[in-house]
Amino acid sequence: MHIDFSPEDLAFRDEVRTFIAENYPAELRGKQDEGDELSKEDFLSWHRILHKKGWVAPAWPVEYGGTGWTPTQRFIFSEETARADCIRLMPFGLSMVGPVIYTFGTPEQKAKFLPRILSGEDWWCQGYSEPGAGSDLASLRTKAERDGDHYVVNGQKTWTTMAQHADWGFFLVRTNPDVKQQEGISFLLIDMKTPGIEVRPIITLGGEHEVNEVFLDNVRVPIENRVYEEDKGWTCAKFLLAHERTGIAGVAGSKRGIEKIKEIATTEMDGERALLSNPFFRRKVAELEMDLTALEYTELRTLAGEAAGKGPGPESSVLKIKGSEIQQRITELALEAAGHYGAPYFRGFGEGDNEHPIGPDWAHRTAPSYFNVRKTTIYGGSNEVQRGIIAKMVLGL
Amino acid sequence: MDLSFTETQGMLRETLARFLADTYDFESRKKMLTRPEGRDPGIWKAIATELGLTCAPFAEEHGGMGGGAIENMIMMEEFGKVIAIEPWLQTVVIGGGALKHAGGALAEATIPAIISGDCVIAFAYAEPQGRYNLADIGTTAKADGAGYVLNGHKGVVYAAPWATHLLVTARTGGGRRDRAGVELFLIEANRPGITRRDYPTVDGFMASEVYFENVAIPGEALLTGGIDLIERVVDEATVAVCAEASGIARTMVNSTVEYTKQRKQFGQPIGKFQVLQHRMSDMFVEAEQVSSMALMGTLKLDEAPEARKAAVSMAKAKVGKSLKFVGQNAIQTHGGIGITMELAIGHYFKRGTMIEGQFGSIDHHLDRFEALTYPA
Ligand SMILES: Cc1cc2nc3c(=O)[nH]c(=O)nc-3n(C[C@H](O)[C@H](O)[C@H](O)COP(=O)(O)OP(=O)(O)OC[C@H]3O[C@@H](n4cnc5c(N)ncnc54)[C@H](O)[C@@H]3O)c2cc1C
Ligand SMILES: Cc1cc2nc3c(=O)[nH]c(=O)nc-3n(C[C@H](O)[C@H](O)[C@H](O)COP(=O)(O)OP(=O)(O)OC[C@H]3O[C@@H](n4cnc5c(N)ncnc54)[C@H](O)[C@@H]3O)c2cc1C
Repeated sequence: MHIDFSPEDLAFRDEVRTFIAENYPAELRGKQDEGDELSKEDFLSWHRILHKKGWVAPAWPVEYGGTGWTPTQRFIFSEETARADCIRLMPFGLSMVGPVIYTFGTPEQKAKFLPRILSGEDWWCQGYSEPGAGSDLASLRTKAERDGDHYVVNGQKTWTTMAQHADWGFFLVRTNPDVKQQEGISFLLIDMKTPGIEVRPIITLGGEHEVNEVFLDNVRVPIENRVYEEDKGWTCAKFLLAHERTGIAGVAGSKRGIEKIKEIATTEMDGERALLSNPFFRRKVAELEMDLTALEYTELRTLAGEAAGKGPGPESSVLKIKGSEIQQRITELALEAAGHYGAPYFRGFGEGDNEHPIGPDWAHRTAPSYFNVRKTTIYGGSNEVQRGIIAKMVLGL
Repeated sequence: MDLSFTETQGMLRETLARFLADTYDFESRKKMLTRPEGRDPGIWKAIATELGLTCAPFAEEHGGMGGGAIENMIMMEEFGKVIAIEPWLQTVVIGGGALKHAGGALAEATIPAIISGDCVIAFAYAEPQGRYNLADIGTTAKADGAGYVLNGHKGVVYAAPWATHLLVTARTGGGRRDRAGVELFLIEANRPGITRRDYPTVDGFMASEVYFENVAIPGEALLTGGIDLIERVVDEATVAVCAEASGIARTMVNSTVEYTKQRKQFGQPIGKFQVLQHRMSDMFVEAEQVSSMALMGTLKLDEAPEARKAAVSMAKAKVGKSLKFVGQNAIQTHGGIGITMELAIGHYFKRGTMIEGQFGSIDHHLDRFEALTYPA
């Protein structure tokens, strides 16, 4: 057992590093540095570059367009993209519905959807949560009734991330109200341009428009767009939730986050010394780094287990809990570092306002991201739900 | 010892609470924020004239009711309960406090204008490089004949876009972080040479970057007392935001409890889940600590400087921690709806978060407390 990279791994790392340096879109980098809101095109620009290189879906089986990398190579790739501050690709196609389709889908569904997920041609959203069905997802009420070779879907979804950009959505709908909740749910792929779909924005505390309500009024969906058997959608959903959780630790991103805090606190002054020399601040950064290292090794152990053929088990709830808390603490420290300049608010201030924010460049986004990142302990199965899973599935309580 | 409020104090609280209940429901507050000036100035006028509350913390000789810090605490707590965007802190607590302590002709002239609601003050003390050090000041006030000339830049001056007057800290001598040479001036906000860049703040106020370029001010604008006066006034302001925090924390606890009684998941109100019950119990406990520390700080404001500073820092550090706990858990317990603009809870969380850093972070006050209290 050892933790060192082999010479091949190191060569791979250099290859990835060089590729990013030479190909990452300059315009996107500029917007990220300014803290601008990213457009659909921004997200897609990097997606397309990776797709062209064949690196857009490292986790997929090779036959469907994956890279065939070892777990170590995948680890290196995510480290390097985070280190270089590349944006995170939208997970809804690549990490969520893609794996569901190649695992449960028909040959026709695979042929139709997978290439377009890889190319970025289709933007996907996840229609699970409803106003009345959050943590208790299985209580969902949006219903789909058969009418010839179509389902007619009626109901409301909410918290649908980036639905305003979506071409397609994967939805959980009730196809049988008369059985145990989990046994009457189906998994549908719905074209977001179908008549009867209305998407309304929900604005979050930092001023962002990233989530939406989705209303479905007599939306006709071809039966061929159902994945897996009717009433067996919960199987797909649970498979997908497990997938959602493996990436959720966000180790690489948090590493970069801590590096940024250190950079900020090295230039930001606290009287005559750098903020990073303030013993209180320094101690908090150090503790964060230690917690992140513990999380990183927990993730490595999980990945090793996966490589040895163990699926991501309920232990990965550990990754979700610690990962989300660390992400929140990073934004908390950034806000602290901003001092007075955490208060000015520049998003949506006067339509089309291009004025440069005041204070240090990085400071004006600190409060909005601190508010926004409260979401990480709520979504993807709240941390309370995750603790419930550990208690039940791991501890046997 | 007597920790009870007088009958008059009880009436003050009730008067303000009733008025705010009518004017500051969540929807009305939202509308105020969308006005170009970011507030409804009629409300301030009503608080001053119709309700006559601005006179509460001032001495009778200035036309006041003879109250002080306790009256400010009561008012700030009520403002906190509705997350009011009114300039009480800047105008009455800080501006009024500085004038009371300095006395003289400027106080005689200005306090009645504060009481009548005509004078609104903003406190221009922070500078981009200074963090929480009140003496880290680059703004200069150079003696010039009988007056001074101001030059410099003040950052994130809350309420500046609304202010008729600015209370400015500036250096008449000494090096950048010297305590000696720092002075306090009260000047008209529209003096030639003053420019502002206005913006909203994340917690619903308006603030400005304020630039002074060769601003000529009369000698009478000086409030004597130097850094000691400034520290005293900032301590009073710090305790006042602790009182505001008490109103905020209390409201966040109540709203969260109410929400968990309504919100059903897994066939029952989520308030039935024991983890959430215990969490809300802890939030309640912490909110009580906030109120206790706001009171403690208020009662110690007239102690000798060292004791006062230690008490205020103790209060602010503890309030910061407890408020963070209450706020973060209020959002978490609401789930997704907690991080939207739609419910009031998120807006309380935002103001609470800004209070954590206002007049010094938790670390800053822990540090100051230790330095004052423990041997090196
Ligand atoms: C920014 C954001 C993006 C999202 N994106 C999507 C998306 O793209 N698609 C989608 O379908 N959904 C999405 N969601 C929804 C997300 O999955 C839900 O918010 C989450 O499932 C929690 O549901 P809820 O918000 O209704 O909270 P509730 O379920 O009402 O929970 C409220 C509180 O009660 C606690 N609680 C609930 N049940 C229990 C219990 N049994 N024991 C103890 N505590 C409990 C919760 O942990 C939480 O603290 C998103 C949410 C957010 C905030
Ligand atoms: C957008 C969204 C994302 C979510 N992400 C997650 C998530 O990542 N993980 C999560 O557990 N819940 C997640 N949830 C919540 C989840 O779907 C259920 O609400 C919760 O697991 C309880 O369901 P149940 O007991 O009715 O289901 P049942 O199917 O009856 O579950 C039986 C047991 O299996 C557990 N279980 C459910 N899913 C998994 C899984 N993937 N791996 C292991 N055990 C599981 C349940 O907690 C329960 O103890 C998410 C919900 C939404 C809306």
